[in-house]
Formats: sequence, structure tokens, C-alpha cells
Amino acid sequence: MDIQTWTWVLIGITFTLYIGIAIWSRAGSTKDFYVAGGGVSPLANGLATAADWMSAASFISMAGLISFSGYDGSVYLMGWTGGYVLLALLLAPYLRKFGKFTVPDFIGDRYYSDIARTVAVFCALLISFTYVAGQMRGVGLVFSRFLEVDINTGVIIGMIIVLFYAVLGGMKGITYTQVAQYCVLIFAFMVPAIFISIQMTGNPIPQLGFGDKGDDGIYLLDKLDGLHRELGFHKYTSGNKSIMDVFFITAALMVGTAGLPHVIVRFFTVKRVRDARKSAGWALLFIAILYTTAPAIAVFARTNMIETVSNKKYAQLPSWFSNWETTGLITFDDKNKDGKIQYLADDTKNELIVDKDIMVLANPEIAKLPNWVIALVAAGALAAALSTAAGLLLVISASVSHDLIKKMIKPNISERGELVVARLSAVIAVCVAGYFGINPPDFVAATVALAFGLAAASFFPAIILGIFSKRMNKEGAIAGMVTGTLLMLFYMAKFKFDWFGGGTKEDWWFGVSPEGFGTVAMIINFVVSLIISKFTPPPSKEVQLIVENIRIPSGAGKAHNH
Amino acid sequence: MSKKSKQKYWKENLRYLAILLSIWFIVSYGFGIVWVEGLNTIKFGGFKLGFWFAQQGAIYVFVVLIFIYVMLMNKLDKKYNLDK
Repeated sequence: MDIQTWTWVLIGITFTLYIGIAIWSRAGSTKDFYVAGGGVSPLANGLATAADWMSAASFISMAGLISFSGYDGSVYLMGWTGGYVLLALLLAPYLRKFGKFTVPDFIGDRYYSDIARTVAVFCALLISFTYVAGQMRGVGLVFSRFLEVDINTGVIIGMIIVLFYAVLGGMKGITYTQVAQYCVLIFAFMVPAIFISIQMTGNPIPQLGFGDKGDDGIYLLDKLDGLHRELGFHKYTSGNKSIMDVFFITAALMVGTAGLPHVIVRFFTVKRVRDARKSAGWALLFIAILYTTAPAIAVFARTNMIETVSNKKYAQLPSWFSNWETTGLITFDDKNKDGKIQYLADDTKNELIVDKDIMVLANPEIAKLPNWVIALVAAGALAAALSTAAGLLLVISASVSHDLIKKMIKPNISERGELVVARLSAVIAVCVAGYFGINPPDFVAATVALAFGLAAASFFPAIILGIFSKRMNKEGAIAGMVTGTLLMLFYMAKFKFDWFGGGTKEDWWFGVSPEGFGTVAMIINFVVSLIISKFTPPPSKEVQLIVENIRIPSGAGKAHNH
Repeated sequence: MSKKSKQKYWKENLRYLAILLSIWFIVSYGFGIVWVEGLNTIKFGGFKLGFWFAQQGAIYVFVVLIFIYVMLMNKLDKKYNLDK
């Protein structure tokens, strides 16, 4: 069978599976809809969290990013896994004990203020919308590259599928489809990696393989460092960025991860506090399988690519090269007209530009793997994008139906009414996300950094202080969240979109890039909160009792509506 | 549960957090970032040690840290009779 047929077959099977699960796990109550009934097992929640977390970016782009940046790519590897330690140790157990449905729920109740709640809703919506646009775009891209349908048709197909199980099943439907999606995506990621690892080093474990020797008896990493030196790139195993910047970016991604509302709410779905801790452990274990394989793929793909194309005659290249050339993701410009490809660090002489996304998507073709493996990658990429999109859409719909309507606008809305509103807002959210997927705003590239920076600058300090400081009051928390968020938005606008006079690398504050600025904004949030709370009255006895209570794990009822 | 034992429980929890988060900080920000050049002079197999920590080792340690915390807290909950 050819690649296209295989792709249709695999996508058909996986989509049928997702729809089947959605019908089986329909939500009957708001509790089902927001927190899957609150009885998900730690293992299932770990699987679902891993799929929820690993997006189109993790699956498609990350290995490629590392492939082109070498050591500097470590910021993503450590940043996007280290946040789970913070989640497991500092947030998840206490938020589970608190036992509500959303992050704004916690902020609003702990800081006894609807202003705090509103600020939190605003942040949750801002973070989730910036993030979801990229996912829908990812779905469209996969469809267009593998099945030759129009990118917009691809986005619409993706919307219909998500609509189906997110609206019908709410968190309950999403949880169990995410479990299935994790299995699909990890299988799709690992199979080509194992194949290629065996091909290049004889070692079936990619994590060990990339530290192994190739056929020529030279260690792969030494060979790659050598190739890089020849072509004028910086050494693969050392970086280009300053230590300071690597430090701040890693911290921003870690703290941002721990503050992302769609990740946090997953811990509301388990039964007990101890299950919340345990499922964080499972989640990171499942995430680590992909995250420790990605740097191996990066090395294999980089070596393979350089050896296949560098100084080779253009006319004699394998067919994948021209296939990807037609998509515009590989461009070749024979500057010195010698009919060969010069791939060099020097821009004036370099003739080849390769998009980072190709490293995962074309890797199986470059390594000449069987057609079904190539098709599998498409199904895996779709699973990664859809699972994350669904998790984000749920946060958006819960923010609207629960935090805005039930908690503030119309508190006496009936259970059934709230469920209808929740479903309706999910439908609207899918349509808005689809719109952004079809007409991506120019800032899509900057949005991931923005989402993490915002999560770090807004939620993380407010939640941590809410748990670990009894003295923290609403004045401090609100002032901190507002300063942190505005500062982050300002810095992004200035250095990414050239507003407020713009600026270049030399103008960065303390030499910190916009990607790493979330760390600075977070620190400022902490400082502002602590200072303001010193000069304003402490929270009431009851609120201090709430804090004492969430620190003790026993007696966590199921997540409840009040 | 008395106020006093609640406070004791919380103190022990904070002690675990301090120890585990120090390890978390050292393997990632220390070994993987600040001291990476120095560690890169040590090689095992084809890996330079600093590079390995940044792209592999730190992640393994993270996973282990969470499971150690789970175990410690389950024990602590039992000790204070909070595992009901």
C-alpha cells in the first residue's frame, strides 16, 4: 500500500476510536463535564495529562528545534519536564484538596474577591486561546502535508472531531480519549526512533543509541561535532546562547508549565490527594519517554540529513527531497551554480534552507522506513494536536460557564442550565479556535513563549502564595497578578511585535530574551505581592482556616459545586 | 487532629520539599546549565557529562524525585493518620 492509503487507514481507525470513546463516556452532570466525575484513577490521569500536555509542538517541532540548536535545545527538554516536579510538590496535592473545578475558582475563593476571580478568568482565557490557535494550525498542517487536502479543510475536519467529543463528553470524554491518544502518539513517536537507532548504531534504545558509535566506529556525537565544525556551525554539544539566557528560559518554561490551567485542572479529576501526587509522577514518566527520545531523534536526523545532502549533486538526491521541496519546507538555491548542495553556516554561501518541522515528519522517509511507519507519524501528530486542543477548549468553556456565569453573573442557574451553557461555550470556543487556525495571526510563532510567560507571570505566584503563606491577602495577590501580566505583555509587545519603540537584542533588560522574561515577571509578581500584603490587612480567620485545611490531605471530598 | 500535630506534619512536609527541590535545582540549573562546560570535560561512552545531564539525566532525576516524594508523603500521612 502507498503512504496515502496507509495514512487514511490509520487516521480512519484512530478517529473512529476517539468518537467511540466519546459516545461511551457522555457527561451527565456538571461534575462529569468539568472534572470527569472526580473518580479518574491515577494511572489513567497520568496518561491523559501526558497527552494533554504534549502538543503539536512537542510532537512535530521539538526534535527539529533541538536538531538545529544542539545543546541550546536543552531549555525545552528541561523546561517542559522540570515543571512537573513543581506541580507534584507545590501545587497539585493542595489544589486537589481544595476541591473545586477551575483555577479561577481557587484564586477567587482563596483571595475572597470577585476582582481576583475576574483577573484569573482573563488570564486563563488569554493563555488558552493563544495556545489553542497553534494546535488547530498543527492539525491543518498534518492533513495538508500527508493527505494533500487543503490546509483549511484539515482544520475543519479537526474542529468537527474535537467538537464531537469535547462537547458531548466534557472532561469525562476528553480524559478517556486522551488516554487513547497518548497510546497512539507515543507508539507513533517511538517506532521510527527505534528503527533509526538500530539502523545507525545497532542499539534498539534511542536514549542510549545517540551516545553510541556508528558503523565507522566513531561516536555519533563526536562525528556530529566534527561535521558542524567543517560546515561552520557552532559545536552541537555546546550552545550559542548565554548561560544567563538559558537559565531564564528554562525557568520560565518550568514555572509556566506548572501554571498552565489546562494542566492544573487535570489534577482535579482524581479521587484523593495522594492520587494527585501519584498521577503527577505517572504523567512525567509518560512524558519523559518522548522527551528523552526527542534529543536522540535530533542527533540521528541531523547526522542523516547532513550526510545525505551536503556536497551532493542536486540531480541525484533521493525522492523525499523533491517531495518536501514542493511543500516549500525545503528550499535550495544553487548560488555558485555547481549543481551541488552547499549547506553552510555562512548565510552568503549557504544554499539550503530546511524547516525544523521536517525533522520529525520526514525523518522516516529520510531513513527509508516502510510506508506504514511514515503514515503512523501523521496519526501520532494528529493525536498530539487534538488532545491538547481538547484540554484547552475545556478550560475555556469552564471559565465562561462556571467562573463567569455561575459564579458571578447568574449564581442561581440550574445544574442543567449550567451544563447547557458549558456545552454552548465549548462550541463557540471551537469555532473561535478554528477561525484562528484558518487565519493564523502573525504572532503564532511568538504565542507559545507568550502563553508560558503569562502562566509564569500570573498564576504561579498567586497559587504558591495562596498555599504557602497564610498572610497573603487579596490586595497583594491582585496587585502581583496584574503587574506580572502587564509587564509580560509589555515586554512581548516591545521585543516581539516592535511596539513601544521596539528594540533589539542589545536592549533586552538584564540580557534576558522575551522567551525567558516570564521568570523576571514572575519574580516581580512575588515581590509586589509580598510588599503590598505587608501594608494591607491580613485575610480573615475563615480564609486562614481554608489555607490550614488544604495543607492537610485527609477528608478531601470529591470535587464539589457549592 | 490537634493544631500542634498539624503544624508538625506541615513542617516535615516543608523539610522534604526543601531537600527534593534542592536536588531538582542542582541537577538541572547546576549540572545542566551553570557547570555544564566543566562537566563536559568528563566523558562516558559517547556522551559529555554536562550535555547528557541537560538532555537526559535531569529528566530521569525529575521522574525519580516525584516518586520519592509520593513515597515519603504516603509514609508521613500514615504516621499522622491522615491516609483515610
